[in-house]
Amino acid sequence: MFRNQYDTDVTTWSPAGRLFQVEYAMEAVKQGSAAIGLRSKTHVVLGCVNKANSELSSHQKKIFKVDDHIGVAIAGLTADGRVLSRYMRNECINYSFTYESPLPVGRLVVQLADKAQVCTQRSWKRPYGVGLLVAGLDESGAHLYYNCPSGNYFEYQAFAIGSRSQAAKTYLERRFDNFMDSSREDLIKDALMAIRETLQGETLKSSICTVAVVGVGESFHILDQGTVQQMIDAFDIAGEQEAPAPEPDADAEQGAAAEPGAGADQVGAVDEGVAPMDI
Amino acid sequence: MAKQHANWSPYDNNGGSCVAIAGADYCVIAADTRMSSGYNILTRDYSKTCKLADKAVLASSGFQADVKALQKQLAARHLIYQHQHNKQMSCPAMAQLLSNTLYYKRFFPYYAFNVLGGLDNEGKGCVFTYDAVGSYERVGYSSQGSGSTLIIPFLDNQLKSPSPLLLPAQDAVTPLSESEAVDLVKTCFASATERDIYTGDRLEIVILNADGIRREFMELRKD
Repeated sequence: MFRNQYDTDVTTWSPAGRLFQVEYAMEAVKQGSAAIGLRSKTHVVLGCVNKANSELSSHQKKIFKVDDHIGVAIAGLTADGRVLSRYMRNECINYSFTYESPLPVGRLVVQLADKAQVCTQRSWKRPYGVGLLVAGLDESGAHLYYNCPSGNYFEYQAFAIGSRSQAAKTYLERRFDNFMDSSREDLIKDALMAIRETLQGETLKSSICTVAVVGVGESFHILDQGTVQQMIDAFDIAGEQEAPAPEPDADAEQGAAAEPGAGADQVGAVDEGVAPMDI
Repeated sequence: MAKQHANWSPYDNNGGSCVAIAGADYCVIAADTRMSSGYNILTRDYSKTCKLADKAVLASSGFQADVKALQKQLAARHLIYQHQHNKQMSCPAMAQLLSNTLYYKRFFPYYAFNVLGGLDNEGKGCVFTYDAVGSYERVGYSSQGSGSTLIIPFLDNQLKSPSPLLLPAQDAVTPLSESEAVDLVKTCFASATERDIYTGDRLEIVILNADGIRREFMELRKD
């Protein structure tokens, strides 16, 4: 990116009518590892690629349970994502407490978007450097939203964010017409295929991806590694490796370099035990 | 002129009794299902028990509106705990939380008389008994509510170790089997129902053990 005269402050417009700081924040999202989401009439599936900094460290948590009916996948500055997840969880709890019913997804994303907008109009703040794929189920059906640092949000049939997400988007664009009527299994299969697209030749294994589902009669939860690996094997997705071993190393380096400055790459080991709140 | 007192009270007493008994590897929590106001019965089918966590069940008598508000508070706080710790609250942890929540309203208390039952971190049964402002104690058995004055002496007789002057003290945890404890609870309520007008209709018994949670019901006198 070139240095611009008008990019020091988030509260400074450029002559072309752009807020560069906000756009730079959206760049941060593109640098994070990929996250994808897709939905049918009754289910929403979120998937993400887990890239650890090195073999020694654990990977960062990118999918969070917000409530029984809502979950979120993030890409970008994971620390910002964690903070926003905490906010979302709080909002859901407070709404449940007052109205004894689950917070409609559309309301939550608006609140989230308004929160993000505030940071684009205060000189002492910076925009959140994280994009959120919000998956949820409410009375009006299954929904997938994308919230970006600018404070905009959009509803999607399927979407992908983060590095190499274009490959996943291309795959999803070809298939999305069928998603509305897909079965749960087909939806997960498509999610896994989309994740594989972002790996560019690396073998798809359950150890490098995370998949979460929410649906009618099914609370938001992260699928355990065993189940995911079974599905990969059953659908025979792992299969096509175009490039040999050197590729994964290059990918890992790219992945590591791609999460700059955030510094939050050392997160405690992911709890894979029997946790009632698979966060 | 003597100080004028309010002719309106924010509180009401909906009556009823609660009991909990802790065993070696189980806990029995029970309460009747009658809800009254003054000399009237509002309903014969109101549950005074609430599962706060996998291993903690609360039974409360007193003013049910305050009880409901208290239960909601604790449930919300439990959700936050689960988000932060990735696991359910243990019974002793919930006990402390309940105490703090009650004391928080020290100067406008929850009119709730609570008995918290469950399994501790070692899987043993535990019972915690409270007053309205959060003073609590872990015990082997307890009762609260309108029938408690009738039930507690009976449980003392059946479960409490005699004075240490006479015989060596026993463990607080009851050496009863689970089915014996359930029968004891049924006997307690059958007796309390006879003499306490606010206790009766139906008895709800919740049994917590290593296998999970189980519910039983027993009809009581409706007069």
